Amino acid sequence: MKLLENPFGIHEKALAVRNQRMELISANIANADTPLFRAKDLDFKKVLSNTNPSPMAATNTRHFETGELENMSAIVYRTPYNSSVDGNTVEINVEQAKYGEAATQYQATLQFLESRISGIRKSLRGE
Amino acid sequence: MLKNIFEIAGTALTAQTIRMNTTASNLANAGSVSPTEEEAFRAKRPVFRALVDQSDLNAGFNTLGGVKVKEVIDSTEPVRKVHDPGNPEAGEDGFVYLSNVNEVTEMVEMVAASRSFQNNVEVVTTARQLMMRTLEITKA
Repeated sequence: MKLLENPFGIHEKALAVRNQRMELISANIANADTPLFRAKDLDFKKVLSNTNPSPMAATNTRHFETGELENMSAIVYRTPYNSSVDGNTVEINVEQAKYGEAATQYQATLQFLESRISGIRKSLRGE
Repeated sequence: MLKNIFEIAGTALTAQTIRMNTTASNLANAGSVSPTEEEAFRAKRPVFRALVDQSDLNAGFNTLGGVKVKEVIDSTEPVRKVHDPGNPEAGEDGFVYLSNVNEVTEMVEMVAASRSFQNNVEVVTTARQLMMRTLEITKA
């Protein structure tokens, strides 16, 4: 039984990614009045495709580990529905909707983690 | 970390407060008069900039992504010149210079600043709820 080997699966990393997305959107909302600011978002699909492949083996001491999340390449600029005079692409209504969406997804991931934990608890108790 | 969201929204709350303060100052000085054109009160306007690079971290900000007030600039609108010899502030030619504050613009600025402030408060509220739920994960 591999019960306690990687007990949280992908959700542990997913929570970090969800959180990063919320950070990006909160930065968009914070900069809603900043001239020339470009709204950013996280492409979840890209993040996952960066995470999934097995990391390259570090066969030499001078090699860098590649197992970490490479989220920087997954950050994309949002295309605004309407243009603005000051070059700012933050549309506050869109950002609020996305923030709510991201918060819900964060809660969903939390829910998965919670059920994993309670599952492990139950099996350890042997009830 | 969720903590970063608090930091980011916090910078925005500070920036919007500064914006509201300048608006209050502008409205308070809307009626100010001066004897010369140079001394006349000019409407103040904060310039926002996103926190993007290392220099912002060196300047004491903990997280990138937020916003700061880069500078406060004077409005370039012309000041009004009124002939009012009875005014104690009048110059030798009997003219006084009024401020270039436009009350309507200031009211719009004020409402916009307070709405942006509210948006960021909402961000903090949501982040706080999620943080509390994350803390409760051990009780699952």
